[in-house]
Amino acid sequence: MTYEGWIIITGVLAGASCSIIGVLLVLRQTAMISDAISHTVILGLVSAFLLTGTLDSFTMLIGAAVAGLLTTIVIQLLKNSGVQSDAAIGVTFTAFFALGVFLISRYAGNVHLDVNHALMGNIAFVPFQTVTLFGVSIPQAFLFVSIVLLLNVAVITLLYKEWKLSTFDPALAVSLGIPAVFLHYLLMTMTSVTAVSSFDSVGAVLVVAFMIVPAASAYLWTRKLSFMFLYSVVFSAAACFSGYYAAKWLNVSISGSMAVMTGVIFLISFLFAGENGVITRSVRQKQHRNREWNRQPAFAPADGKREL
Amino acid sequence: MIQDWLSLLGSPNLRWVLLGTMFLGMASGIVGSFVLLRKESLVGEAMSHAALPGVCLGFLVAGRELPALMTGAAVFGLISLWGIRVIHRHSKLKQDTAIGLILSVFFGLGIVLLTMITNSPAGNKSGLDSYIFGQAASMVPSDVWMMSSIAILVTAAALLFFKEWKLVIFDPLFAGGLGWKTKTLNSVLSLSIVLIVTAGIQAVGIILMSALIITPAIAARYWTDRLGVMVILASVIGAFSGVTGTLISAVDGGIPTGPVVVLTATVIFFLSFLFAPKRGKLAQVLAHRQFRRRWKKQQALKALGSVPGTAASKYESWQKALGAKNNEAKKLWNWLKKNRYFM
Amino acid sequence: MSDALDVQNITVAYQESTVLENADFSVPQGKLVGIVGPNGAGKSTLLKAVLDLVPKLHGRAVFFGEELKKVRSRIGYVPQRGEVDWDFPTSALDVVTMGRYGHVGLFRRPRKHDKEKAYECLKELGMEQYAKRQIRELSGGQQQRVFLARAMAQDASLYIMDEPFAGVDAKTERAIILLMQKWKQENKTIIVVHHDLQTAQEYFDWMILLNKHVVAQGPTEEVFTKEKLQETYGGQLAFLESSSSEKAGNPS
Repeated sequence: MTYEGWIIITGVLAGASCSIIGVLLVLRQTAMISDAISHTVILGLVSAFLLTGTLDSFTMLIGAAVAGLLTTIVIQLLKNSGVQSDAAIGVTFTAFFALGVFLISRYAGNVHLDVNHALMGNIAFVPFQTVTLFGVSIPQAFLFVSIVLLLNVAVITLLYKEWKLSTFDPALAVSLGIPAVFLHYLLMTMTSVTAVSSFDSVGAVLVVAFMIVPAASAYLWTRKLSFMFLYSVVFSAAACFSGYYAAKWLNVSISGSMAVMTGVIFLISFLFAGENGVITRSVRQKQHRNREWNRQPAFAPADGKREL
Repeated sequence: MIQDWLSLLGSPNLRWVLLGTMFLGMASGIVGSFVLLRKESLVGEAMSHAALPGVCLGFLVAGRELPALMTGAAVFGLISLWGIRVIHRHSKLKQDTAIGLILSVFFGLGIVLLTMITNSPAGNKSGLDSYIFGQAASMVPSDVWMMSSIAILVTAAALLFFKEWKLVIFDPLFAGGLGWKTKTLNSVLSLSIVLIVTAGIQAVGIILMSALIITPAIAARYWTDRLGVMVILASVIGAFSGVTGTLISAVDGGIPTGPVVVLTATVIFFLSFLFAPKRGKLAQVLAHRQFRRRWKKQQALKALGSVPGTAASKYESWQKALGAKNNEAKKLWNWLKKNRYFM
Repeated sequence: MSDALDVQNITVAYQESTVLENADFSVPQGKLVGIVGPNGAGKSTLLKAVLDLVPKLHGRAVFFGEELKKVRSRIGYVPQRGEVDWDFPTSALDVVTMGRYGHVGLFRRPRKHDKEKAYECLKELGMEQYAKRQIRELSGGQQQRVFLARAMAQDASLYIMDEPFAGVDAKTERAIILLMQKWKQENKTIIVVHHDLQTAQEYFDWMILLNKHVVAQGPTEEVFTKEKLQETYGGQLAFLESSSSEKAGNPS
């Protein structure tokens, strides 16, 4: 495949795996967890390096995933102890992030642990780091991202009705014996593994954008959960294509440009999405009002008034 | 080490910077207290991230002039706030989704602009990177002036509007009923948040600025139930964190200021969370345990009264009446015996 | 025949105060039971404690002589309407189908007959024309009927409902009563948290008066007396009396 092809396909797959997780996060009102995890990944990377002394991708992946999970556990503990949900998130991830940056600058300053890279990712270099699988040379990031995507799809389809019920009505789910707490931590684990796998290629910023924005846009277009998953994958893919070519044209950061494109798609959805769009809604209301107006006789009959 | 510090304190520039971060910490603690009560802790996170494209645009328009950069940051902070409100109000999306959405898209835009700047001829010298993590030590007196005056301005606004903000947050409808302009009061508070975020990003960085708003306030909350006390405590914690962070990062030039400031504040939060009287975790666990014990003893006594017969033969029927498991029942039985509730 | 629900000495405490103290009662099978008491009496907490949704300080609940875990699929819980997110992307029919999840089993999808069953339940509550509607577009009463249809689809032998009559229209109220009576005829047990004293007497044939502890329990005609209500409601009863004194004073 071509250089461009690998970049776009990696972006699309990362987008797909982030956005299907994002659908659940958005519906469970835990969208900011993705922001928190994307920040604390730094702590995981530097801790993994300081503990093992290596920079190999797999170690980094494990370290980051553990840090992500730890973040969600701490947030949950704080919440259970009565800290406001948003404050719990804010306190935890900023602390973890600060610790990560502190450790980097104190103990790992001379090592290539580029914080900017962590933020913006390095999608332009994806095609250069390859591994050979069954005699074919494919980019390592592509491999990671596709494995995680498969995992996510499997976990979500296998437990589809459990996710649905425990998201919509946790009390009923528990009373039916669905393990809601287990599902919560499973989702948190998936979020952090997904963030980490996509993180190396597309960067923290785009991970957050992919997790929240396509799902939020899809939410405005559909009334069916399955369609929400589908649309959010489509939207994130569209953002990848348009973002890549916009970046190429303007010679700017690819992942930044993809993130902006998710925003453009959201803006369109926000304004025009069927009955939820701000503009379509007001147009429809105006039409409706006009119709009512035309239907009304010029002089309201006396008994019409009484009804009011 | 101590000599290092002393010699540092002799440097006039550092004294300025210390004063500046102290004011900054103070003001963000104060504003943060109101933000916490308004349940908008993470709005500051969105604002500070949204400041990046503003800073970049400011740079593209006017070059590395602090007023331009800060104006850009403030304008984008306001836009992000407005965006969150509009999304929340005009769609079924919840507030946290709106925050995350605005945050990531705007930060993405910021990165696009940042790469645009770095690719341009003037880019290498831009030094805009330091806005991401903050570098207080590199601030020059005019930067400090700007930061301090904004911080003082915001503090003054908080003192002026103390009771108004309090009521508007607690019971907006009642405040409206008093004929207050709740919308204006809310806007002034929002503007204060934007200003303090804008002022702080140069010192502690875009990514960690939100912590300076959230953490001192939530730490202070543990020690008191009164807003006045909470605001004062938060400002002290914020100021202390600011000063400590600046000092440590000045001693070891390699460490950016932001993380150390935030870590200091977090340690204070953590200690408050664990050890504060009444609201602290430890106090609550102990109180609950005591309550349980007292309650169990009451039950044991009640059960004793409900069972007829002599004490020695009572045990079995007493345990049944109490409905406790063997171990627990034995303990309670011994307690009853020790205190001579039966012979 | 074992009792449908046997509550043994359940106590629930938050922090340093008890919300529910030594609640102890049993409900025979085939009864239509109202749990009645003033605000803050711990009615909803009682239901949640019984279903293991909040931790108990003490005590346990036994269903049909078994532990909760073993009989979960036989128990239908109808939570308060405000406790779910009505913006969730799902249709009325889909919500009703959720009632079948306990029967479908882990990893499996609801099958065609589950959906048919769900549709029948909607129809029985006069909601079939709303099957495809997004749930936010339904009125409060219609939402409540969707919840009831879901409980119906669950095909349980014990139904536990938290304030089903709160904020519903007359039509829905009638539908709920008819449904409860139908369940009763099928020898199912229904336990309802209810706060309206005026209607409690006509709806239920068994009653539990609760104010942090169980004040009285048993057949309505024995329990619904002025003295016992006075004991449950304390001073709050004074203003209720004018409307319910004739009924309560002369138990038929």
